[in-house]
Amino acid sequence: MSRFPLSPRQLLTLAALFGVAASAWAAGADLGQAEKQPTNWTAIGMFAVFVLFTFGVTKWAAAKTKSAADFYTGGGGITGFQNGLAIAGDYMSAASFLGISAAVMVGGFDGLIFSIGFLVGWPVVTFLLAERLRNLGKFTFADVVSFRFAQTPVRIFAASGTLVVVAFYLIAQMVGAGQLIKLLFGLEYWIAVVLVGSLMMVYVLFGGMTATTWVQIIKAVLLLGGATFMALMVLSSFGFSPEAMFAKAVEVKTGIAASAGKPPAEAAAQGFSIMGPGGFIKDPISAISFGMALMFGTAGLPHILMRFFTVPNAKEARKSVLWATTWIGYFYLLTFIIGFGAISFVLTNPQFLDAKGGLLGGGNMAAIHLANAVGGNVFLGFISAVAFATILAVVAGLTLAGAAAVSHDIYAVVIKGGKADSAAELKVSRLTTIALGFIAVLLGIAFEKQNIAFMVSLAFAIAASANFPVLLMSVFWKDCTTRGAVVGGFLGLVSSVALTVVSPSVWEVTLGNPKGSALFPYQSPALFSMTLAFVGIWLFSILDKSPRAAQDRAGFLAQQVRSETGIGASGASGH
Amino acid sequence: MDTDLTTRIAAHPSYKELKAKRTSFGMRLTLAMMVVYYGFILLVAFNKPFLATRLGEGVATYAMPIGFGVIIFTVVITAIYVRRANSEYDELTEQICKAVLK
Repeated sequence: MSRFPLSPRQLLTLAALFGVAASAWAAGADLGQAEKQPTNWTAIGMFAVFVLFTFGVTKWAAAKTKSAADFYTGGGGITGFQNGLAIAGDYMSAASFLGISAAVMVGGFDGLIFSIGFLVGWPVVTFLLAERLRNLGKFTFADVVSFRFAQTPVRIFAASGTLVVVAFYLIAQMVGAGQLIKLLFGLEYWIAVVLVGSLMMVYVLFGGMTATTWVQIIKAVLLLGGATFMALMVLSSFGFSPEAMFAKAVEVKTGIAASAGKPPAEAAAQGFSIMGPGGFIKDPISAISFGMALMFGTAGLPHILMRFFTVPNAKEARKSVLWATTWIGYFYLLTFIIGFGAISFVLTNPQFLDAKGGLLGGGNMAAIHLANAVGGNVFLGFISAVAFATILAVVAGLTLAGAAAVSHDIYAVVIKGGKADSAAELKVSRLTTIALGFIAVLLGIAFEKQNIAFMVSLAFAIAASANFPVLLMSVFWKDCTTRGAVVGGFLGLVSSVALTVVSPSVWEVTLGNPKGSALFPYQSPALFSMTLAFVGIWLFSILDKSPRAAQDRAGFLAQQVRSETGIGASGASGH
Repeated sequence: MDTDLTTRIAAHPSYKELKAKRTSFGMRLTLAMMVVYYGFILLVAFNKPFLATRLGEGVATYAMPIGFGVIIFTVVITAIYVRRANSEYDELTEQICKAVLK
């Protein structure tokens, strides 16, 4: 740690705030999008501290991870408050921290519209699913969906839904990690990807859900703490008056427009445009469809659903969503202030800008530069390290969900007919974790140069169109059958992926086809693919006259009684 | 769970009360959340000038309190449900457990 270039002067900067911190960071002219930066030893050092500490946690967790149940749920003894922080940790990705604060810096209010979309799914999870999931399930959401259905087809569907969502989410995180690390730490892209893959494997392999949960919690606390500090620094410089903060931001934006040669009236209008909605929502169909993907996708993300099995009972499951919603809402409030702070303190400071007035290192650097502006080089290192830790934790959670789908749903239930012993199942989960780690690294490297902006929204759209409808209908609709759930679920899965491929953001932007050639005109498929899934489940269920269908329907009462009361549900310490 | 226990729970008046209350409360709150969120989205899509109207002398607009209002509404509505479920619904569940698991 003695290698930190930590001078007393930099500490002074931290105290004196908005002082000009001379750092290697600002060196260089136009670096463009995700250009490699000078190696940042402060950030690397702080990240090393985080890794060492989380390794300690993993060692402690490894001693507690003896059975498959420990691996999947950490023994089921995590409290609602802890789980709430861990869920928030899973949800507050580096993309949302850097992406939303950057979106606010660019578009003001438009950035807030985006974050609201990510928040509104949580009440739906609370009202309809959280406690019922806890009462019905054991390790994966497939346990819930297949409660009264034929195991093999439903498990295969649920595992497919899980792995497809995990894969797209994982690619987005890995590519994000590589680009971010190039920017923040000044390391090569492939080093960053390999680093994320191998560290994540250590957490998941040895510490299972216990280690993954605590890594999530630690990271959530660091991220919330760091973001709170930044937001307070911004607000305090305006005497804690939002009006003053908004007024300054409008003034800065007006000045930028004027210096770009706009006449005064037009410049003033452009400056003021950050206070209202701009071009984020183009047509109402896209807006509704995108909103549905975000709102219901949250209720279908396998790594989030899995977190409800780590708490001992329905009461703790409810508490965990309330805590998660509170922290996530608070976090979006902070990113909004950070975005406005960036307008006032980053866009006005030539130290952070290139020759053309853009941000050094690319558009997503708003929060990072603001960290430097309000806290100096040390705080910049801290925020960079937290951003990396964030990606690492999210990747670990995703891998664990993917591993559980393979070892619990496919291996233990489909292949072994539910008779696998715990040790063998644990071994399969660990082998799957290693395999997923390698796949994640390879995908991360393969997609380096691709435009992957659509991938997180695609993951949400698939979760909303495949996992969520099947989950909801199996829990609430008596006449739902195995055939209906599987056919409808796969219809949602296939249609959401297919419609995304032929939508403008993939067909034209990523695949490079001519503008206007996309078959599907809207930004998100959810409105259509979700409807297709629900209609499919309904139609194939009511037409299903097989003996299995009769069995499926007869099983509803027992399922409903358990989902409502929790009587007979898996206990805290497992089995 | 055996069929006998299931039938006994399903026939218990507290169970019927619990199921009816929780399902309707959950559905009503879900509907409220959807109305608020999609109302907000439609307002953004169809009436941008309204949202960009200034509140008073300063630069703050209607958009800001409305946007933050949606965030606060989301947290509050979740809290309302959890509060009621953790007291009323858990009490009913407790009653059912006591009655049938003797």
